[in-house]
Amino acid sequence: MNNLFVYIELQEANRVAEVSLELLTKGRSLSHELGCQLEAVAIGTGLDDIAQQVMPYGVDVLHLFDGAELYPYTTLPHAAILTKLFEEEQPQIVLLGATAIGRDLGPRVSSALRTGLTADCTALAIGNYTDEKTGKNYERILLQMLPSFGSNVVATIVNPEHRPQMATVREGVMQKEMVDAHHQGKVIRHEVKDYVTDTDFAIKVIECHIEHAKHNLKDASVVVAGGYGVGSRENFDLLFDLAKELHGEVGATRAAVDAGFVGHDRMIGQTGITVRPKLYIACGISGQIQHTIGMQESAIIVSINTDPSAPINAIADYVIIGRMEEVVPKMIKHYAQLLHR
Amino acid sequence: MRLNIIVLAKQVPDTRCVGQATMRADGTIDREALPVIINPDDMKALEQALRLKELHPESTIQVLTMGPSRAADVVRESLFRGADGGYLLSDNAFRGADTLATSYALATAIGKMGEYDIILCGRQTIDGETAQVGSQVAERLGIPQVTYAEEILHVREGHLTLKRHIDGGTEIVEVPLPLLVTVDSSAASCRPRHAKLLMTHKHTDIMAWNATDIKADITQCGIVGSPTRVKDIETIVPTKKESRVIGSSDEEIENLMVELFG
Repeated sequence: MNNLFVYIELQEANRVAEVSLELLTKGRSLSHELGCQLEAVAIGTGLDDIAQQVMPYGVDVLHLFDGAELYPYTTLPHAAILTKLFEEEQPQIVLLGATAIGRDLGPRVSSALRTGLTADCTALAIGNYTDEKTGKNYERILLQMLPSFGSNVVATIVNPEHRPQMATVREGVMQKEMVDAHHQGKVIRHEVKDYVTDTDFAIKVIECHIEHAKHNLKDASVVVAGGYGVGSRENFDLLFDLAKELHGEVGATRAAVDAGFVGHDRMIGQTGITVRPKLYIACGISGQIQHTIGMQESAIIVSINTDPSAPINAIADYVIIGRMEEVVPKMIKHYAQLLHR
Repeated sequence: MRLNIIVLAKQVPDTRCVGQATMRADGTIDREALPVIINPDDMKALEQALRLKELHPESTIQVLTMGPSRAADVVRESLFRGADGGYLLSDNAFRGADTLATSYALATAIGKMGEYDIILCGRQTIDGETAQVGSQVAERLGIPQVTYAEEILHVREGHLTLKRHIDGGTEIVEVPLPLLVTVDSSAASCRPRHAKLLMTHKHTDIMAWNATDIKADITQCGIVGSPTRVKDIETIVPTKKESRVIGSSDEEIENLMVELFG
């Protein structure tokens, strides 16, 4: 009882999503610190291969709900299962990916359990909290950290009185790490019909269209990113030229995406993709925390900006003061020369 | 077919206007200094409602918003675009609410508004970005939810069919009424104000409800009813690296490329 639970998201019918493995890794270290067990919940159709994928991450108990119509994901049966399971098991912490599924499922379940949910956390830790009004101390609770909107502040959110403490975490924010390839935890196969009713299957998926990713921004070793300062779609073409030359990918800030310079799927930052390339070239990016949180672990950061006081310059290894329209073509030219030397 | 449609909309500070003038000395944002707008995704929800009403002209659109008295503009702006009416939920008891307490207040007010077939709201707000309130309202009301909707395709035989965004693609789902739909930022933008409606509703009074009007349980409202607390807020001073500042001359860029790739 009172363990830490991770919702296992499935990418295809029987493949565990990366974000779930990242959460198991984080969950493992948090549960160790708390002296509780790490439990995982997988819901789908044909789940025989799930155990071997999650056990190496140190799962103590895996709950399987294997039944017809549980894949592809729909809200109501998954929410009904989690709600009832958590009422029975009384977890102290529940973690979900901040994916389309996690952000649909999490609030439904937290509302049903009348507890709190913190969205899009970028760090989780165990710590203490004192309620200033009542003077009451809460020991070893979940500290949920996330950047606050539009400014360089990070808020730490706690949920002192209600259980479970629930949080969603973006893919790529935590690092996954196997603990033991031969670890064997307990597997519990639940009777699905004890957890769902016919009305839970009211939503029918008629058609599903998955587009193959147009790019591999997440794993690119070179990222050329543009902000609002790039100024236009045409200037973004220059970034694509440079990325092509360097065998990298193009990323963008939210402001650049909102301005329509480039597609939403290339957004880097708190509500986008997290990247850790060897080289990050930031063009016309001011460096709001919502963006830097998604790229600050890049090995080398180059900033091209006309503003010497742009916040991003403080975390950059190289700061080029100048207009990207001039600098980027020069980078392309000199890189090509370097190759042919 | 006559559909009762409710649109949930919120007045938010326009975070796109964050700049020098709105920054405090400690680097945090002065929210009061920002202009207010209707949350962009909520406007897209209103547009979906207006399109449904065009297809089914006997339908009605009621808008519900929560906030200080100036948030009545949310309802008025909706009337200018073709909504039929709306309510402002306003009470000090609602202040400091997290998403659970917010969804309780909204769901309780919806209960007072009467019969509904479709509740529409934006996927998330630009000031909170939690994307939680829609799902939580649906849970409170015990109705299905569909999130990340891009386009409502049709309503037929008590079922609504829509296209929604999922990670890496889209899907089409069919859901029985009543339901709640959260509308994605990829959906169509809202139409502008209608000149005639603007004249008609310029001075229309917006009905305001307080916690007593909707018979809300005060212990579930505002900060008292919120499970989550802000423990602390820390201003991040970016870790200073030894940055090398260079110019944009040919020679300097060439040297940099040699250093990075040579």
